[in-house]
Amino acid sequence: MTPWTFFVTHRSEIWSATLDHIALVLVAMSIAIVIAVPLGMFIVQRPALRTFSLGVASVLQTIPSLALFGFLIPIPFIGGIGPRTAIVALVLYALLPILRNTYVGLTSIDPAVLEAAEAMGMTNTQILTRVRLPLALGIILAGIRTATVITIGVATIAAAIGAGGLGTFIFRGVAMVSDAVILAGAVPAALLAILADLLLALIEHRLRVQ
Amino acid sequence: MTYSVKGRSAPLISQLSMSVNSRETLVLLGRSGSGKTTLLRLINRMLVPSSGEVVVEGKSTVDWDAIRLRRHIGYVIQEAGLFPHFTVAENVGLVPQLEKWDPARIAARTHELLRIVGLDPKEFAPRRPAQLSGGQRQRVGVARGLGANPSILLMDEPFGALDPVTRSQMQHEFSELARHLGKTIVFVTHDLREALLLASRIVLLQNGEIVASGRPQEFLRIDHPEVKAFAASLQSVPGVPA
Repeated sequence: MTPWTFFVTHRSEIWSATLDHIALVLVAMSIAIVIAVPLGMFIVQRPALRTFSLGVASVLQTIPSLALFGFLIPIPFIGGIGPRTAIVALVLYALLPILRNTYVGLTSIDPAVLEAAEAMGMTNTQILTRVRLPLALGIILAGIRTATVITIGVATIAAAIGAGGLGTFIFRGVAMVSDAVILAGAVPAALLAILADLLLALIEHRLRVQ
Repeated sequence: MTYSVKGRSAPLISQLSMSVNSRETLVLLGRSGSGKTTLLRLINRMLVPSSGEVVVEGKSTVDWDAIRLRRHIGYVIQEAGLFPHFTVAENVGLVPQLEKWDPARIAARTHELLRIVGLDPKEFAPRRPAQLSGGQRQRVGVARGLGANPSILLMDEPFGALDPVTRSQMQHEFSELARHLGKTIVFVTHDLREALLLASRIVLLQNGEIVASGRPQEFLRIDHPEVKAFAASLQSVPGVPA
């Protein structure tokens, strides 16, 4: 069986796995953004917490993904078999690029601009919302873009713990020693990553100042 | 008044006492590290004195609300420090906007200020700082400092980053402007030539202390080694007539 005939005969199954995959990534990314962006804002003024949270996020990133999925399974509430555990793992992976870029974006602003903002009588909240965040937005988005591409890739492994998605075909193909089945999962996953990267690059480009 | 920082043996500003007269242009002259910028930042409560007090319009800066005080005092810095994501009009209208003026009044004020600093409002109001030359940016910086029509203007080496030709032009224009505005101006520089051109009074700082002060005409005659050091910097290049 050629990859193409497999693709054609299983297209509805592949399509639904693709939608599952996108859902996994979207949910995980939304949670990661909601955690990492405010945390990045919070650690700007707090060096001890900054070292700690960036350190933890970096360590999480170094854990092999299959191992992380495995570690999470026995943990109550967040563990078990299925998409919930996968989402927890994906969130943990996505944290570092977003957290680091939020922090870097907020702190790499021209000191003269911040001095002017303070001297003009802006309150700390105004400096954050009207100067720091808009100027950091491009860099924060670059972090979100990196995290999204990573998450799309790592989400294929989530199939190993029964989370569904395009990884289902990859694992099945490996078990069947069938390139055609592996490709039915790998090609759409790669295309998703490329599309997400392009789309976010476009948004990032629009929002970056100058 | 003294200002010192923990962990440093010598205070940045040491037992300094001075006053600024209404509507004068006081130039704080000194080398890098002499304390002139620190002194400026003590005036709008970006810093608070360790002992003694800074009195602005009859009230100690610690009794002022910091935000109110800063919106009440114009501030212009080197390289302008313009907000790169704001248009020229948004930069100039920032303090009026923070003070919740109505939009029509902000627009009128912004256009008036751009004309005052020699920029055509139609052409420049919608631009972003990145689309301006260094001199134009600095003009916008001055206009922004004048935004809500403060009676006091603090300027920290505003022309320091400009090329010499533009700088000289801006200095002459600004000395005209300062005369018309009738504002109390405290101007920081390390350039004696600039001080002599703009000042109604020059105060020379060294290691956080005042070592000399006087009107420009008499300043160069003051017998102090630091005055002489600055005067020597005025000496022209050999072979070029003064």
